[in-house]
Amino acid sequence: MSGISRRRFLAASIAGCAATTLCGTQKVLAAGSFTGYPEGMGVLVDLTRCIGCRSCEAACNKEQNLPAPAKPFDDMSVFDETFHGGSQKRRPDENAYTVVNRYEPEGGGKPIYRKVQCNHCNEPACLTSCFVNAYTKTQEGAVVYNSKICVGCRNCMIACPFNIPGYSYSSAFDPVVKKCIFCHETRLKNGKPPACVEICPQQALTFGKRKELIKIAHQRIQNEPGRYVDHLYGEKELGGTGWMYLSSAPFEQVGFDVTTGNEPIIANVKDFLGTVPMVLAIWPALFTGFHLLAKRKDGHGHDDGHGEESGKEGEES
Amino acid sequence: MKPSLFHLLPGMFLIILLAAGGAIAAPTGGPAQIKLDRLSSLFDAVNFDHAAHVEIAGDCATCHHHTTGDGAGGERCGRCHAQSPKSAAVACHDCHEADPFTAVQLERKADDRYQYHVDKPGLKAAYHWNCLGCHENAGGPTGCEDCHARNAAGEKFYHSGAFAPKAAAARAH
Repeated sequence: MSGISRRRFLAASIAGCAATTLCGTQKVLAAGSFTGYPEGMGVLVDLTRCIGCRSCEAACNKEQNLPAPAKPFDDMSVFDETFHGGSQKRRPDENAYTVVNRYEPEGGGKPIYRKVQCNHCNEPACLTSCFVNAYTKTQEGAVVYNSKICVGCRNCMIACPFNIPGYSYSSAFDPVVKKCIFCHETRLKNGKPPACVEICPQQALTFGKRKELIKIAHQRIQNEPGRYVDHLYGEKELGGTGWMYLSSAPFEQVGFDVTTGNEPIIANVKDFLGTVPMVLAIWPALFTGFHLLAKRKDGHGHDDGHGEESGKEGEES
Repeated sequence: MKPSLFHLLPGMFLIILLAAGGAIAAPTGGPAQIKLDRLSSLFDAVNFDHAAHVEIAGDCATCHHHTTGDGAGGERCGRCHAQSPKSAAVACHDCHEADPFTAVQLERKADDRYQYHVDKPGLKAAYHWNCLGCHENAGGPTGCEDCHARNAAGEKFYHSGAFAPKAAAARAH
């Protein structure tokens, strides 16, 4: 009798496992094919237009009520700052959600300036990595986070392929992650461009619907093929980003990671994540079942046997 | 309170300025001086010496495309605009919007099914591309403050001058 129930139990367990795995996989596969909200906004950054005036940094500082900078925003000596033995230029942190860096193009010519901030991915790795669901990709296209939920684990800092989220190391008691939120609260959700776009004297930053910006970007390349590298960075990289870039120099020469590939980060982990519900939901039941069956068998068939065995052991010794 | 002549003077002066388009006529056909004050929240107005630039540029079309200079020609624009009459608009702000990214402007651009004018620069870009482009080539001043003297709000905005970070000031000494 116990044999039949065990077979049934195992069959039911396997069916359950299969069902959970299939459902889970379908769900994450669906998430992997998400290409952004159709009406999501973005910014087209044209590196050929930027003159490195740092006005965007100043505007961001004011809009987001950030602490006073270490150097004035008209101090261009910040472009010479490097970190980690000169290998790394400035990057955003808790006091500055955007920074502008200067690059000297190979073969001479005018310096190229690149603004760095959150790229507001269609499928943000920070969001994927956050186990308390502090991150949200809004329908307007911004990747925002709820600092009240954030537990300060910094998984998102590791997950972000662009090294964007900063951390409030200065706060001893309530450290949270800090990054550009596309001015979502004060501007974007009211239909206004972010502060950096509005201040830019050169219109190096073009604000609009992401799908329109892609058209505009390719139009610019087509109109002036000598001016641009024939690539729109962020159109496809990592599943697409809300902020996209045009450049006159190859992207790897102006601080971009060209090894990211076009698959969103979640594609690397969705197979694994698909097994998590199975492990969490099925394994406890499965092994509890095994355990109960084993105990039941012990209780009905082997009590005496154990006694005999222990008796024999006693005799031998 | 009854408004006195003294109170009305600034208003009258403003009306005269507006009537003159913020400009004083010069014998070259264009205004001698143009006051550019769109960024007055952060900077003092730029007193643009139009007459001097007319002499340097030689031809109106060097700066004024489509309008007082040449028509909208060329490979791309000419397809539609070869026969278009010269535009009556002369000033940059007649065509280039000061607020190119408002919801209204984006909506209007979305309705442009030919996608031809959707990437037109806004007013700030129109000025800066025109001025900076030439200044870089002709050796004119290109620093921000060469043209834009900051007012108190501007200094505060850039955390410079009287509003410079104390740590930075201490390091400098």
